[in-house]
Amino acid sequence: MTRPERAFTRYTTANRVNHWINAGLFLLLVLSGLSFFHPYFFFLSNLFGSGQWARAAHPWFGVGLLVSWVGMFVQFWRNNFFNRDDAAWSKAIVSVVKNDDEHVPPVGRNNSGQKAVFWAMTLLIPTLFVSGLLIWQVYFGEATSIPMQRVAVLVHSLAAIAAILVWIVHVYAAIWIRGSVRSMTQGYVTPGWAWHHHRKWFYQLASGQRVKTEPRKNP
Amino acid sequence: MSDLQSQDYVRRSATTITPPAARSHEDQVAKLIDVSRCIGCKACQSACMEWNDLRPEIGHFEGSYENPADLGPSVWTLMKFAEYENEQGNLEWLIRKDGCMHCEDPGCLKACPAPGAIVQYANGIVDFISDKCIGCGYCVKGCPFDVPRISKVDHKAYKCTLCSDRVSVGLEPACVKACPTGAIMFGSKTDMTDWAGERIEDLKSRGFEKAGLYDPPEVGGTHVMYVLHHADKPSLYSGLPDKPRISPLVQAWKGAIKPLAVFGIAAAAIFGFFHWVTVGPNEVQEEDELEADRLLREMKEEEEKPS
Ligand code: HEM
Ligand code: SF4
Repeated sequence: MTRPERAFTRYTTANRVNHWINAGLFLLLVLSGLSFFHPYFFFLSNLFGSGQWARAAHPWFGVGLLVSWVGMFVQFWRNNFFNRDDAAWSKAIVSVVKNDDEHVPPVGRNNSGQKAVFWAMTLLIPTLFVSGLLIWQVYFGEATSIPMQRVAVLVHSLAAIAAILVWIVHVYAAIWIRGSVRSMTQGYVTPGWAWHHHRKWFYQLASGQRVKTEPRKNP
Repeated sequence: MSDLQSQDYVRRSATTITPPAARSHEDQVAKLIDVSRCIGCKACQSACMEWNDLRPEIGHFEGSYENPADLGPSVWTLMKFAEYENEQGNLEWLIRKDGCMHCEDPGCLKACPAPGAIVQYANGIVDFISDKCIGCGYCVKGCPFDVPRISKVDHKAYKCTLCSDRVSVGLEPACVKACPTGAIMFGSKTDMTDWAGERIEDLKSRGFEKAGLYDPPEVGGTHVMYVLHHADKPSLYSGLPDKPRISPLVQAWKGAIKPLAVFGIAAAAIFGFFHWVTVGPNEVQEEDELEADRLLREMKEEEEKPS
């Protein structure tokens, strides 16, 4: 890759591979899941061969997603603790949305929007997994009571809507903030990007702490 | 059950347009099961297996007259036996033929996500169109009577068809034909209700004051009805629900939330698009890069300064 000498590493190879496995499974889950969700979307089941195939495949993608999310969690949880900067940044959300970055307070490696996406998924993916197992007819249809299945299917449905909305925000933000997609595909950002969007992280990397984060050099 | 050309649909699962309904000038039908006349011979069970070519696996003796132990993918009707000690201390043997009730407002159909996998004909019969069934088990959650069973072999849902194939050519269901005591009757729903009225009067005259018809209004009535000697306590009959209704959880799951969610998801995507078109992408400028480089240079010099 044509990575400039001066670039900062934002995501390591392991980060990126894990992220795209996660994204792929999530997309497959959304497409197959929505096909059962509403008749408008039933045609999506054809992407998987048939309704029967979509029904059979969906929970297995889900198992994969849970495993993948454990990897994501282990790699990213440290970067996602809320701190004082997040309150200030969140208050300036209108300026954020308007690209009025002059009025957006500086933040570290992640802003509170990114952290919120992380914690929302950390809550929703296990919820979807547990409720999903309870309604997995083939293996657990007889092991679970019908009243329990009714609760689980409602929970699964609501959690899926929430996860899809969070996902839309996440994907749009990545497209909107130019340079983010490259950080997750090629792993690096320019110093100007870091300075503009994550100023405290920039200083952290630029100053003495740079030595400590040395392994972040091109992996 | 089968997929004959049907042009008499009144309901079709997961369908947002009007299903073919031109040939719908039919009487509503009903099967009337007079529990007080049943002798528990299981002729109906055998007839069901015979007509529908069903052969459940031979199981084990469970210490009960019930055989097999439960409804199944190839057990569409099952005689259930309950021993009840009445107020006078006498034993009553309450025998009920269990199976799909053919609800007027079927919870299975409401829950089903596969277009056309569950249909209701103008005569009221609720049928599973197995070819379109995806095996998700949602009908199991929707049914207030715990009727549908999913096959472990082909992952399809099965239940009583009310012999829709026989009824469509003017025959009565196989169980009705086989019953030796006339405990199972079949005809138009009005005729069956009238006949039940006579039976109930007779039962009352013989001391069953609480005799009555089981045609639960909570599911819009059913196309399989029972004459019960204890209509005030249907649950005596091996757990026939006293007040069957589509679970409020299922109503919530299949209610307004879904269209609202579809709208919400579409709105979020459209909002994103218009944000792009109005506010636009957030790009790092040349000045940002210059500023960052200047700061980096400064800091490096700072570090290298001999202290
Ligand atoms: C994490 C593990 C997951 C498991 C084990 C799982 C399992 C299931 C199962 C068993 C069903 C019923 C249909 C079928 O049998 O295939 C289902 C439905 C569904 N799933 Fe999942 N799922 C998971 C994750 C997800 C995710 C991440 C999404 C999307 C964000 C999702 C969206 C849906 C939707 C929309 C439905 C239809 C719900 C309805 O009918 O209202 N699932 N899931
Ligand atoms: S009894 Fe159950 S399976 Fe039969 S029509 Fe009613 S909801 Fe459907």
